[in-house]
Amino acid sequence: MHIKDTIEGSFHIVGGDFSRAGEASTEIKSILQSLGFNKEIVRRAAIATFEAEMNIIIYTTAGILRYEITPERIKIIAQDMGPGIEDIELAMQEGYSTAPDWVREMGWGSGMGLPNMKKNSDEFRIDSVVGEGTTVEMVIYLDNTKD
Amino acid sequence: MKLERIIHSLDAVVITKFMSDGDEIEWACATDLMSEVLYYSKDSSVLITGLTKQQAIRTADIADIRVVVFTRGKEPDTPTIELANEKRITLLITPYSMFTACGRLYEAGLRCCPE
Ligand SMILES: Nc1ncnc2c1ncn2[C@@H]1O[C@H](COP(=O)(O)OP(=O)(O)O)[C@@H](O)[C@H]1O
Ligand SMILES: [Mg+2]
Repeated sequence: MHIKDTIEGSFHIVGGDFSRAGEASTEIKSILQSLGFNKEIVRRAAIATFEAEMNIIIYTTAGILRYEITPERIKIIAQDMGPGIEDIELAMQEGYSTAPDWVREMGWGSGMGLPNMKKNSDEFRIDSVVGEGTTVEMVIYLDNTKD
Repeated sequence: MKLERIIHSLDAVVITKFMSDGDEIEWACATDLMSEVLYYSKDSSVLITGLTKQQAIRTADIADIRVVVFTRGKEPDTPTIELANEKRITLLITPYSMFTACGRLYEAGLRCCPE
């Protein structure tokens, strides 16, 4: 891990666009790989980022996926201008999903996305205002001793 | 289990190949639900799925899965094959159903990703 400053960037995500679904997360994964981070850390970050990107695509009209890497941690912020989540506690439950049938036919909507983002993050925050949008912030530590 | 053995057990057609026959696959993950792959799979697994779409390749790539098997002889479309080539994912098609494909691999000694 040879970074001194903060490395950051962002991707615009368009809701409903399944043809490009996952491209932003794949890019972020490549960046993490090119920085030489350990495989398991890259895998965790990629999985959490991908689920966050899919939620923007499935549930919202548009959003931004941002990454911020410092020598200590990877931070992923997924911010959207979607409908928001009324009951966050319910949305966080494994298996809870409001995904419509066409989304299920694409292999999504099993209600494991948010729980998996949390599972793969060392810090996980979700903020949502109905009618305004949702922000998910995930932090993965690069130093494993900081459990 | 060696890739060669997987191909043979499934009577699979090889669509793309970026590994050698002797490369080892440790676990199997069988599902049509992409979030399940992301939740339960381990790297160095084979993904067996009926979801013969780009999403399956994308998900495998994110989860460090290098081999994907499409069941029931379902032919993927060109964008799916192109993505497999781009991501260097080995893509196989088996004529068998999900149930039979899993049964054959289990019989040959392959096991589910441990939780
Ligand atoms: N960004 C979002 N905007 C609005 N609703 C969301 C968002 N993310 C998640 N949700 C809601 O939370 C539920 C659970 O999300 P998740 O755990 O990712 O499972 P899934 O996407 O498979 O349904 C979704 O079905 C949806 O109702
Ligand atoms: Mg989701």
